[in-house]
Amino acid sequence: MKIAVGQGSCGIAAGAQKVSDALKKCLEKSGISVGVTGCIGMCWLEPIVDIYDNDNTLHRLVRVSEKDSERIAEAVKTNDFSQVEKLEITDEDNSFLEKQTRIALRNCGIIDPDDINAYVDAGGYSALSKVLNNMSAEDVIEEIKISGLAGRGGAGFPTWFKWNAARQSQGQEKYLICNADEGDPGAFMDRAVIESDPHTLIEGMLIGAFAIGASHAVVYVRAEYPLAIIRLQNAIEQAKKAGFIGENILGSNFSCDFRIKAGAGAFVCGEETALIESLEGNRGMPRLKPPFPAQAGYWHKPSNINNVETFANVAWIISNGGNAFAAMGTPDSKGTKVFALTGKIKRGGLVEIPMGKTLRDVIFDIGGGIRDNKEFKAVQMGGPSGGCIPAHLLDTVIDYKELGKTGAIMGSGGMVVMDESTCMVQMAKFFLDFTAKESCGKCVHCRIGTKRMQEILTRITEGNGKDGDIELLEELCSGIKDGALCGLGQTAPNPVLTTIKYFRNEYEAHINNKKCPAKECRDLLSYEIDSEKCKGCTLCARKCPANAITGQVKSAHIINPSVCIKCGQCAAACKFGAISVK
Amino acid sequence: MSCCNCNDTKIDLSLLDAVLDEYAGIPGSLITILQKAQDIYGYLPTSVIYKVADATSCTPAKVMGVATFYTQFRFKPVGKYLIMLCKGTACHVNGSDTIAKTISEELGITDGETTEDGLFSLSFVACLGCCSLSPVMMINDETYGSLTPAKVKEILDDIRHREVQSI
Repeated sequence: MKIAVGQGSCGIAAGAQKVSDALKKCLEKSGISVGVTGCIGMCWLEPIVDIYDNDNTLHRLVRVSEKDSERIAEAVKTNDFSQVEKLEITDEDNSFLEKQTRIALRNCGIIDPDDINAYVDAGGYSALSKVLNNMSAEDVIEEIKISGLAGRGGAGFPTWFKWNAARQSQGQEKYLICNADEGDPGAFMDRAVIESDPHTLIEGMLIGAFAIGASHAVVYVRAEYPLAIIRLQNAIEQAKKAGFIGENILGSNFSCDFRIKAGAGAFVCGEETALIESLEGNRGMPRLKPPFPAQAGYWHKPSNINNVETFANVAWIISNGGNAFAAMGTPDSKGTKVFALTGKIKRGGLVEIPMGKTLRDVIFDIGGGIRDNKEFKAVQMGGPSGGCIPAHLLDTVIDYKELGKTGAIMGSGGMVVMDESTCMVQMAKFFLDFTAKESCGKCVHCRIGTKRMQEILTRITEGNGKDGDIELLEELCSGIKDGALCGLGQTAPNPVLTTIKYFRNEYEAHINNKKCPAKECRDLLSYEIDSEKCKGCTLCARKCPANAITGQVKSAHIINPSVCIKCGQCAAACKFGAISVK
Repeated sequence: MSCCNCNDTKIDLSLLDAVLDEYAGIPGSLITILQKAQDIYGYLPTSVIYKVADATSCTPAKVMGVATFYTQFRFKPVGKYLIMLCKGTACHVNGSDTIAKTISEELGITDGETTEDGLFSLSFVACLGCCSLSPVMMINDETYGSLTPAKVKEILDDIRHREVQSI
């Protein structure tokens, strides 16, 4: 009998810690311990309790609450799970996992992230041992080249090429850096990997350090991920004790130290040269390239930077061979990719699939489609550097090139799904609010251009849009693309460009007709009472905080539009559906 | 070096000595030092900025430049309960603006402000990475997901109730 409660950050937010404590209390006297796993990626079912019964059959109990703990404890003690049948995961929900191919996430939600032995038992550190005993650095780089692994942080640059450049760079002291500054709002796979399987990251980084000849490894983790930092720190300590980190690792000539640097909250630090500046204790502002980090990076020494998911694939590739990884995917994009599926989706969570599947496969087949049976409108991919892909492009194949053609990018894998109630102009404004705030200020086009775009988008959503605003936005977009130094600045216009490209009619409705088709922009709404449906119950008039509604009892009421503040409380309160929004 | 901020008179700068002894000599540690200083004081008082500058041989302008660049650093004391409301994409799509409005209505504060009784501070933050539970907020170290206006009111009431009882 083995019990574990999934305790990633989102599981804990859903109450997993309380469930775990309650279970421990109920099982105190039985001598059965309650273990911890990370995040399995089925976030909509949290908290999740996995129980392997006496026949080693898995009972996955979902949406568990504290009050279920006694029943669960009883089932565990008696090995009779009929009493918790209602909590068991349904076949339909289970298909979410069955349809995936998990490499980077292979151990997530399955092993205890705080126990190095659990990782070793799952085959962990055997790839490092293989590398140190039987492979040269060139062999490792060749294997990664065969695999076709490309940077999973967003740019999609071939990993072997970066490793090779850093390897060939002159210098005794080299650095291997992991970019865990997962700044793209809507992506959380890096957090999940570090919280759920930190040793996979450590092993991948050690192999990378060996390949480029680095003796120092640093993980730059964003400050908003406190649990990830705690678990990674614990994993580093354990790996040191076990001889995987430090001098003469596993008896070889390879030595490497390992440390964490906590970020302090700046989106631009996801850009590699800005990240290096931040590591050196400065404002995180990008450097001019060349020289590239491979030549002069951290402290101007040869450095290589990859993202968490990239490293999470490395040990698997070394163990299973580059060809096994390259066998999955498309001619241009090899292997698997993890996506964080969120927004108006039925089954939101982490999805790892081979490249080459379509957006429809992920959103509808795995994610179960749109919540509340609404219409799919668009999916936002690539965060502030990406774009919104509309419904008619749902059959786009997931591949760096194909996604690029839509105007969006693969990015780090955030997939935010939107339905008919999401206003695309608001969406563009949301991202420009973000980039205008996060622009480091180094380049004028990015610093001031994003601010001007934000102002234009704000006035459009407030009903003050002017003729020519769309063209002005397009002009500013091209200026920023040409005038920004770093990748984040150059791609900042993408959310605006893609929404104009695919949803120009929404922009026009806002500007010309002063209407928001998605009914999200408050200033453009008008509330009306249907006199046929209104029973004169007076509820709306009593709810209205602005006293904008008048009328006699048992006769139809009227909203005074010049007083109405469009808060929507009347429509929410009306029991007869008499109040409509236009 | 002197400091002109009268509010800083109660700041015990000696609390910082251990941190400076450990990190001041290590190149590139400025952000780490500021993070540890904020852990101690809850924010970065002006006198601390001067002291860190002195110990790291940086100008106060450089220390201030770094501190103001990163959203994590604060220059005013925060309330006992720091509410970090996620403004990530998924939270936006699922209504974080309504949640922000509810908190503002309940507490009478907006982004970057603290209630008069010093109990709550509100801070809008970039993605907290709990997108599947959006909209999400963190109060001190605890994360609350799938928020609705009613749930937010309940959470805030709970805290206020606890505080009243503990007096």
